[in-house]
Amino acid sequence: MSGSTLEIKDLHVEIDGKEILKGVNLTIKGGEFHAIMGPNGTGKSTLASAIMGHPKYEVTKGQILMDGEDVLEMEVDERAQAGLFLAMQYPSEISGVTTSDFLRSSINAHREEGDEIPLMKFIKEMDGAMDYLEMDKNMSQRYLNEGFSGGEKKRNEILQLMLLKPAIGILDEIDSGLDIDALKVVSKGINKLRNENFGCLIITHYQRLLNYVTPDYVHVMMQGRVVKSGGPELVERLESEGYEWIKDELGIEDETVGE
Amino acid sequence: MSNDVFTRDYIESYSTQQQEPTWMTDFRLKAFETAEAIDMPKPDKTKITRWDFDTFEHVTNNQSAKQIALNDLPEGIKKFIDIEKEQNLLILRDNVREYVHLSEALTKQGVIVTDLRTAIKEHADLVKQYFMTDAVSVNEHKLTALHGALVNGGAFIYVPKNVVVEEPIQTIFWQDNPAQALFNHVILVAEENSEVTYVENYLASETEAKTVMNVVSEVFAKANAKVSYGSVDHFAHGTTSYINRRGLADRDAKIEWALGQMNDGDTISENVTHLLGDQSVCYAKAVSVGRGDQTQNFTAHIVNHGKHTDGIILQHGVMKEKATGIFHGIGKIEHGGTKANAEQESRVLMLSKHARGDANPILLIDEDDVTAGHAASVGRVDPVQLYYLMSRGISKQEAERLIIHGFLAPVVNEIPIEAVRKQLTDVIEGKVY
Repeated sequence: MSGSTLEIKDLHVEIDGKEILKGVNLTIKGGEFHAIMGPNGTGKSTLASAIMGHPKYEVTKGQILMDGEDVLEMEVDERAQAGLFLAMQYPSEISGVTTSDFLRSSINAHREEGDEIPLMKFIKEMDGAMDYLEMDKNMSQRYLNEGFSGGEKKRNEILQLMLLKPAIGILDEIDSGLDIDALKVVSKGINKLRNENFGCLIITHYQRLLNYVTPDYVHVMMQGRVVKSGGPELVERLESEGYEWIKDELGIEDETVGE
Repeated sequence: MSNDVFTRDYIESYSTQQQEPTWMTDFRLKAFETAEAIDMPKPDKTKITRWDFDTFEHVTNNQSAKQIALNDLPEGIKKFIDIEKEQNLLILRDNVREYVHLSEALTKQGVIVTDLRTAIKEHADLVKQYFMTDAVSVNEHKLTALHGALVNGGAFIYVPKNVVVEEPIQTIFWQDNPAQALFNHVILVAEENSEVTYVENYLASETEAKTVMNVVSEVFAKANAKVSYGSVDHFAHGTTSYINRRGLADRDAKIEWALGQMNDGDTISENVTHLLGDQSVCYAKAVSVGRGDQTQNFTAHIVNHGKHTDGIILQHGVMKEKATGIFHGIGKIEHGGTKANAEQESRVLMLSKHARGDANPILLIDEDDVTAGHAASVGRVDPVQLYYLMSRGISKQEAERLIIHGFLAPVVNEIPIEAVRKQLTDVIEGKVY
């Protein structure tokens, strides 16, 4: 076996006392690219945040396991240490902390004390990844995400993904707000990571990202559950026919999690 | 004043022992009279009636000025100096000059950097003109009056007309004897069209000994002069401090303050700048860290007198444990200050639920055609920011450290001497963790 396995079993999640996820089951293995699609308000981003441990989300039932280890028992930083990475839809802005210092701290957090990445090696790796993502080098000296455009923030998330090389990457609407050129660059970055040791969960409600990053498995979420799974052919059908046929098939009237 | 050590006789004999001219002795005696008649200051929102401003030693050392080798300084002092480079540097140890050096070029251009004791003798006319006359007055309250009566150390910095001082001028006021009080007075005069960057360090031995600091700085930026003034205050826990830094800016002048307010004891610190001339500018930036049970009261205050003047205040404070920090930001536009601008931002980050923080923004505007704005907040470390950093594998403690350093960076990064900037970062590190 290569890579890691992330298992999500009967996951129920609440925010402010309201249940958003109502029993999600999903398994992602190293080498696999999964896409989760679905209209807005069906719980896709909640799944991503709950896996990473966002403070506002409360898991009320179910399990998340990383190679058999209980992720829900881990602090957020321990989840990252275990190999999870979430490219966030709304990354925080942190004033006074340069992007470069943050990246170096992040890389060193994954290394032993006393074995910090040498500065020159870090700069070389960072510059290489920034070139690959066609980013302005000055960005590394700007404060983290402060004053970044939507597209710059997304590229910065993929930059971190490339530098940290996690076992499982979760991309939460990494395509929202990107023009077609930026979308291509971001896709190029994701595809570069594709290998048998890297598993990826791509959350999107547009099909267009999946034209550039082909998933092996596609899941549709509605009402806080995975309601349909299939292969890449599912993307094409959703692109041409939308979501209505799934709702008809399953007898769903309102696909959102509901009030 | 309940301290009966200080009498007319004491002050007279102190002045004589310092071989001061008569005008200085008279100044002290008059200030002493005022001190006996006048009240303590009443800083807004902090009660200081129980603060100990009486326990201290005024003279412990009557040695004459020295010139030691920088390499003989203790490591704790040396680390504040970029020792490899030629320094424009003045060091006072328990108020006595330990070292002074000014580059030959600047000396030739008429720049003066010396301790106040020497300046009173050698540059009497200049000191007389600026010492507690137009900027800080003896009559403000008991502590300024006592300062005038008991001043026992300080620096005099003078930059003549049209002289641009490229390298910074640094002073180190080093309290070695834990009971020693510094009644320290800095005068910085930048004549017309001159430029100077000045950085001062107040350093103390880390003890619980009781003592008092009474520090006054007076900065004069003449027409079109530019003064950049940085400081790191770091007095010990047993020290009660009163710190007053004041600037006067003439036409087209600019005064920039970057103050690292890192005292461990109870502190009142006020920084007031008067934008007297048209188009004068002041940036007043300050960072503070409170810890333990200390109470601190900070005031950043800019008064726009002239037309088209621009005053900008930025104060960021971090309060931990049971510390209290009150931050007043005062922007005052006087009548006649048309097209003036007064902006301020005060933010307090609370690291403990027992800490107290207060940001108190005040705009006082007596003119119609002006712009002004304020922002103030008191809050905790944002859990979503912590989550973001931790989601990259960074530990909670390291994530908090990054956020706090980031929060204080706008001022720390303004400190113009690298060694001092690094020391301020280390002091912050030491205070926060």
